[in-house]
Amino acid sequence: MKIAVLSGKGGTGKTLVAVNLAAAAKESIYIDCDVEEPNGYLFFKPRDIKSEKITIKIPIIDERLCKGCRKCVDFCKFNALAYINDKLIVFDEVCHSCGGCVLFCPEKALTEKEKIIGEVQRGVSDNVTVITGILNTGEASGIPIIKKLLSDTSAGKGLTFIDCPPGSACIVMESIKDADYCILVAEPTLFGVHNLNMVYNLVRLFDKPHGAILNKCLDGENPAEKFCIEKGIQILGKISFDNELGTLNSNALISVRENMKYRDMFSALLQTVTKEVRHETAINP
Amino acid sequence: MKIAIPVDEKSIESSVCISFGRTPYFLIYDMESKKSIFLDNSAAASQGGAGIKAAQTIVDNNVGALLTPRCGENAAAVIKAANVKIYKTINDSIIDNINALNEGKLALLDDIHAGFHNHGGK
Ligand code: SF4
Ligand code: SF4
Repeated sequence: MKIAVLSGKGGTGKTLVAVNLAAAAKESIYIDCDVEEPNGYLFFKPRDIKSEKITIKIPIIDERLCKGCRKCVDFCKFNALAYINDKLIVFDEVCHSCGGCVLFCPEKALTEKEKIIGEVQRGVSDNVTVITGILNTGEASGIPIIKKLLSDTSAGKGLTFIDCPPGSACIVMESIKDADYCILVAEPTLFGVHNLNMVYNLVRLFDKPHGAILNKCLDGENPAEKFCIEKGIQILGKISFDNELGTLNSNALISVRENMKYRDMFSALLQTVTKEVRHETAINP
Repeated sequence: MKIAIPVDEKSIESSVCISFGRTPYFLIYDMESKKSIFLDNSAAASQGGAGIKAAQTIVDNNVGALLTPRCGENAAAVIKAANVKIYKTINDSIIDNINALNEGKLALLDDIHAGFHNHGGK
């Protein structure tokens, strides 16, 4: 059962929710797909880390063979190639590794070389297997890393929590593609509603069963709650604004492992979530 | 020498476009004959790498200088590789900028920005 945790922007408590739900489960896998700024591992402090480099293929030019016909430049729809001063220039960071130019070159002047764009780290933190994707800075796309992160877990029967990148860009779509259920984490402000709406549209686009967790709740009006009720989004739970929780979180501690109170809270939340997922998978297998 | 300027409309009376890669047109202006040609910027609609493609267009037109308010990193790499100078425009009037270049009053553009290549951001 794969559960993706999303939010429209960073700092809403997406990682807090994903980390604590994973920690509250008897046994689980936590996957950090926020490859530009992974931070789940800071909480889990996993051990026995095995890391694997992730590479993509980038074209490389053999200038002796190139006749300057520019077929490759015209073909590349990402504009990663330029032909200047009788020389082909490849912009590695712009290239999307489609391989088209290599096939297209009539002179066979282009070949592919492997380029490291980041890595995947696997480790263990008590009951949780922690898998982290890391994209090197300056790289165009983390999608190859996400693909790798999610490919290894297809067989897993237990609970898998996917901590998605913030926003609703293509990298988020890739992260939720195979999820059985999506949890939307929202803050109780108007801006929070705006962000919630973004990810809500995304999960609807992908036709994913979903529910919301409202974080940092205070007494009084909650625009995010109102939004959920209006749109008929199931509210899985509310986390009230709480200094102690905030402090544990900012010290990179997992509150479920520190305090019974939070263990109970997240266990109850986890139960609601798993019940929802079972229900959804039962009616939409 | 021919120069290139990103412009909003196909007229020398129109204004300098604030974007290089996404400008709708380029003015190619011949400083000696004072002739102007307007080119459609085919890069304006591209998904990514617009700066690179626009720079290729500029270079292919054999200009000696580009006058622009800003220019991304990759585009600047292309333009510099072709030994084309990049000057920073002083205001949005095309004529003012051409006159300033003639009088040697334009400075080279040195704040090249790293661009926004992160797929629509966060
Ligand atoms: S298609 Fe091949 S020969 Fe033509 S410019 Fe590109 S690399 Fe050179
Ligand atoms: S591999 Fe694809 S994206 Fe990369 S330079 Fe070649 S055509 Fe462009």
